[in-house]
Amino acid sequence: VTAAESRTITVGVDRVASCVKVAGSGPPIVFLHGAGGLRWDAFLDTLAQDHTVFAPEHPGTTPGEPDAIKAIDDLWDLVLYYYELFEALELDSPALVGISFGGMVAAELAATNPERVSRLVLVSPIGLWRDDAPVRNWMITPPEELPGLVFYDPAGPVARELLTLPEDEAERAQAQIQHTWSLACTGKFVWPIPQKGLAKRLHRISAATLIIWGSEDKLVPPIYAEEFAARIPNARVELVAEAAHVPHLEQLGTVSALVRDFLAL
Amino acid sequence: MKISMFHLMPYRDLPDDFERRYRSVWVDPPWGELADAETAGMYYNWTFDELLFAAEAGLDGICVNEHHQNAYGFMPNPNVMGSVLARLTNHLDVAIVQMGATLPSTNPPTRIAEEYAMLDCISGGRLVAGMPIGSAMDVNLCYGITPIEQRERYAEAHDLILKAWRTDQEMFAWNGKYFQLGMVNLWPRPIQQPPPVWLPGAGSSSTWDLAATYDHCYCFLSFYGNAFGKKMMDGFWEFVAQRELDANPHRAGFLQLVVVADTDAQAEKDYYQHIRYFFDKCQHIPVYYFWPPGHQDYKSLVRSTGIQKELKALADNKEWKFKDFVERQVVIGGSPASVRDQLQDAVKKLRVGNLMVLLQIGSMPHELTLKNIDLFAREVMPAIRDLWDDEWENDWWPERLRTRRAKTQEAVPAGGTT
Repeated sequence: VTAAESRTITVGVDRVASCVKVAGSGPPIVFLHGAGGLRWDAFLDTLAQDHTVFAPEHPGTTPGEPDAIKAIDDLWDLVLYYYELFEALELDSPALVGISFGGMVAAELAATNPERVSRLVLVSPIGLWRDDAPVRNWMITPPEELPGLVFYDPAGPVARELLTLPEDEAERAQAQIQHTWSLACTGKFVWPIPQKGLAKRLHRISAATLIIWGSEDKLVPPIYAEEFAARIPNARVELVAEAAHVPHLEQLGTVSALVRDFLAL
Repeated sequence: MKISMFHLMPYRDLPDDFERRYRSVWVDPPWGELADAETAGMYYNWTFDELLFAAEAGLDGICVNEHHQNAYGFMPNPNVMGSVLARLTNHLDVAIVQMGATLPSTNPPTRIAEEYAMLDCISGGRLVAGMPIGSAMDVNLCYGITPIEQRERYAEAHDLILKAWRTDQEMFAWNGKYFQLGMVNLWPRPIQQPPPVWLPGAGSSSTWDLAATYDHCYCFLSFYGNAFGKKMMDGFWEFVAQRELDANPHRAGFLQLVVVADTDAQAEKDYYQHIRYFFDKCQHIPVYYFWPPGHQDYKSLVRSTGIQKELKALADNKEWKFKDFVERQVVIGGSPASVRDQLQDAVKKLRVGNLMVLLQIGSMPHELTLKNIDLFAREVMPAIRDLWDDEWENDWWPERLRTRRAKTQEAVPAGGTT
C-alpha cells in the first residue's frame, strides 16, 4: 500500500476542516469514498501508479472533527464545499472517481458545474430510485445480512479484510464509532430514500462518463446502471461479473484496468 | 411526590408465535394479518376507561404517549387521547400528562404548541407538557426524519414552542434552520405560563443539558426497571450538581412496571403471562432499528458503546421466570406490602419525585388492569405519596394541583363499553 500523505484542508465561511489523502503523481484524480468512510485500499494504489490521487474525507468523517458536518446543511452546501476544496487544492478540472455514495456526490459535482470535471467514473453510484427495484437502506439493514448484499463472495478475502475488526477492545470500539459516524455524516444527504433530484440534473453532465457496476450488486441493483446511462449524454456502462457493490475491490484487476484505460483516453 | 399512571395502549392479543413469525412489533408488523379495526376500537376505549379509573382512584396524573406503526402502542397522536381525558376529568385534581407529542417529527412544531395549549385550556391548567425527542423507530424509520438532524430539529422546535406559548408575546417571525414561519401568533395560548415541561429521555447527556438549561423535569423512560435506571439517574444527579442546580427530586421522573395482587403467589399467577407477553412480543424489536447512524450525536455515541451491551443483556430475558423479573426489579410486583417496600426503596434510591407506573402491561385484560389499579391506589400509593413533600416543592407539576389530592370516593369503572 502506498504511503499516502495527509493534508488537512479548511474551507468555507464555517471553516470546515477535512483531511485529504494524497498519493502518486500525474494528472489529478479526486476520489470520493462510499458511505462507510475513506479507506486507502489497493484500488487507490493502482490509480496512484499514473495519477495524483486526492482522496478527501467527507465532512465529519475525519477523526477528531465530528462536528464538521454541522456546517454542511444540505446537498447544495456539500457541492459548494467540494468546489472550494478543489480551489484549495488548486485543481481546475480533475477527473472524478466516486464509489456508491461518493458516486452520487461526483455526479452532482459534474452536473452542477460541468466545466469543473474532466472525466467521470461512477462505481455503483446511488442517487436514483425505482419503486420496482428499491435501493436497500444500508443504515438499517441487519448486520448479518449486509455482507451478502455488498459482496459477491461474502466469505472471500476482500470481504474478510473489510469486515474484520481490530482485536483490541478499545481499538474495536473506536473503529465501530468511526464507522457509525461516517454512515451518519453521509446518511445526512440521502435519508430515508437516496433520491434527491439527481435525475433532473444528470443531463447537464458534459464529461465523458464510465459507469461500472457489479452484476451481482444486491444493495443497489445493476438495473440502475442503465438509469444513469440513459440520462448522462456521453456515458458507457461496464458490468463486471463476479462482483457486487464493491467491484473495484472484488475484481480489482478488471476494474482498475477499465478505469485507467478510460482516464488515459 | 406525584404518581401517574402511564398507558402504552398495546394490542393485547398478538398470536402466540408472533415473535417467531415477525421481525418486529414496531415499524413493520402487518396490520392485515395481526389486527382488526373493531378490536383496536375496543382497546382505545378500554385505555380511556383504565386511565379514567386511575384518575378516579386517586392517582395524581394520567399519561399517554406517541408511537407510530407500533403494535405495543398505537396512539399516533397522544393529544387526541389527552383531549378526551382532559374533558372527562374536569371534576378531579388530576394532571393530564402528555409524554407526549414528538417534537422533531411534527411540522410545524407550532401544531404541538397549539394542541397543548388547547389541552391546558380544556383542563383548566392541568397539563404537563412532555416534549419527547422521539425514538429512532418513530422519528427516523416511520416519519423519515434524517437521524443526524433529529436533535437539532428537537432543540429548535422546543425553543419555538416555548416562545409561541407566551401570553405577552406578540406575533413574530421564526427564521429557523428547520422551520420558517413568517407569522406566528398562537390561538389559544396555555393557562399555565408555561405548563411544566418534562423531557423523556433514554440517558443521552444532550437531553440532560436541555433539562438543566431550561429547568425542565428529566424523565428516564425505560422498561428495564430501577436497577438499570440507577446508573442512569446517578449520572443525571451528578450532572445536576455540576450545573449547580438544587437536588430537588421532582426534577426527575421515572417509569416503573408495577403489578399488585393480594399475595406474592397470586401476583405471579395473575400477571406472569402478561409480563412475558410484554417482553416477548411488545419488546420484539431488532437492535439495528434503535440506533440508525446519527440518531445519537457523536458524544452520546462514544458514551453509549458500553450501555448498549448492558441493554442487550437485559433484553436477554427469554428464560426469566416471574421471580427473575421481580428480583431484578424490572417489574416491581407482589403483595401490597412487597410492592410498597420495593417501590419506596426504588424511588428513594433513584431520587425521583415524579413517578410513572405502568399498570397495564402487555396482554393484561381490562378487568385485571382495573384490579391492579385499584390495589395500587388503595394499598400501595398511600405509603409513598408523601415522600419528599416535607422538604421539596414540586415545581414541575401544574400549580393548581400541587397540594396533596384529597381522598377520592371509591372509584367505579367508567364507560364499560367493550
